Amino acid sequence: MAFLEAAALHASYGQTQVLHGISFAMEEGTITTLLGANGAGKTTTLRALCGMVRTEGEVRFGGVRIDGRATEDIVRLGIAHAPDGRGTFVNLSTEENLRLGAYVRRDRDLVEQDLERIYGYFPRLRERREQQAGTLSGGEQQMLAVSRALMLRPKLMLLDEPSFGLAPLLVRELFAILRAINQREQVSMLLVEQNAAMALDLADHAYLIETGRVVLAGSSTELKKNDAVRRSYLGY
Amino acid sequence: MDAFLHQVLAGLATGGIYASLALALVMIYQATHLVNFAQGEMAMFTTYLAWSLLNAGLPYWLAFFLTVLLGFVLGVLIERVVIRPVENAPVLAVVVVFIALLVILNSVTGWIYTYTIKPFPSPFPKEPLFGKYMSSHEAGAIGVTLVVLLLLYAFFRFTPLGLALRAAAQNPESARLVGIRVGWMLALGWGLAAAIGAVAGMMVAPIVYLDPNMMGGVLLYAFAAALVGGIDSPMGAVIGGFLVGVLENVLGAFVIGNELKLAVALVLIIGVLVVKPSGFFGKVHVTRV
Repeated sequence: MAFLEAAALHASYGQTQVLHGISFAMEEGTITTLLGANGAGKTTTLRALCGMVRTEGEVRFGGVRIDGRATEDIVRLGIAHAPDGRGTFVNLSTEENLRLGAYVRRDRDLVEQDLERIYGYFPRLRERREQQAGTLSGGEQQMLAVSRALMLRPKLMLLDEPSFGLAPLLVRELFAILRAINQREQVSMLLVEQNAAMALDLADHAYLIETGRVVLAGSSTELKKNDAVRRSYLGY
Repeated sequence: MDAFLHQVLAGLATGGIYASLALALVMIYQATHLVNFAQGEMAMFTTYLAWSLLNAGLPYWLAFFLTVLLGFVLGVLIERVVIRPVENAPVLAVVVVFIALLVILNSVTGWIYTYTIKPFPSPFPKEPLFGKYMSSHEAGAIGVTLVVLLLLYAFFRFTPLGLALRAAAQNPESARLVGIRVGWMLALGWGLAAAIGAVAGMMVAPIVYLDPNMMGGVLLYAFAAALVGGIDSPMGAVIGGFLVGVLENVLGAFVIGNELKLAVALVLIIGVLVVKPSGFFGKVHVTRV
């Protein structure tokens, strides 16, 4: 039984169909990445998984169907989503943003510990804890989005372009942190990225998506060697 | 000088009531980005409920808290039954719903209780509190307003539910992504706004008397207060409320006379919209990309 499984997922915004029957699966504890060009349907796939767009098809999490459930309920299963555009609560402080990430948790003491742990990963956020989150730099807000998702203590994290708007050095740092979290805390991650080289270095498995369909799947090492992927997405 | 001081203090008392109602307006504005035209009539209706409870022989403060609770329930019900179905409707459709609510609440109250003006009791003693400057009711109303404001501040600032409410109003999509039930937060916001309105209604009724149209003028001042402070700033609404109350009283007594008092509110509304549409404490929206 796959940890997360999507079967023949269709989704559309009004008249425009974006997903044309996407199917993929991932195992617990792994990092899987969805690669593809702009408009391929990567963001929509993540949105479909957590009930933010109307979909047809099946989504199973731990063997249980979750398609058609409300986003608020899917979060309670342990799926945290760091969305496209970061989703910052701009008028709230950095720390309030982080605390909201733990909104559904009842273990208050552990929440305090997690807050400290996250400030350990991202010292910049500690420096800015009282600051209005909307005034953080793009990169800091990106860290905040990832951290807010972490505050759920999720089983699965959906990460939508965490490298977006970050300087190359920061991307490397962030990806190292993601790897550490995956290995130390066994958090599974589904990563959507345009930066295919970085994503393939981080992930165990990869799916290549074109116009709302999976066109290629395999381990990251396999995909890195694939000529088409190399030419179109890795650029050498 | 005495007369002036008296007018200022009386202005603070009514200002507190405007502040409460303005705060209710701001709360709903933050969640829906619309001004609830029925806020005054909701307050009026709950004040009539208080009158019924008092007539049934309940002690004042019991009736007071029961009314606040009923107001809360009324607000939640209105959101669930009337507002929710038009959640994604065009702005004008929602505005029409607000106005319909205003008319319906007004007529239903008139139908149940008739349009005859009724006296409404004050819980505070008859004799003036601070010599000749201020009646006990005025002082009491200011006190009650301040307590309400403090409680609200503490709720929004220090409780997880208050934080969730702010988050839901600000960014519903992200709020859902952290598990906040946004629909219920909106209903809760309406409930709180209606409860605040109920307090305002019970505090103003001893001054203006109970009558289905009693909140018309008050709501206009509350609009002015909310706009002066900045329609998206709770703190601004409160300061604006006190400011409008004092201005209205002082100008009415010494400059323009009672007949033109309501015009003060309208001039303020237009003036603010022309000169500083975001109000004195409102945010000019700047987003960073």
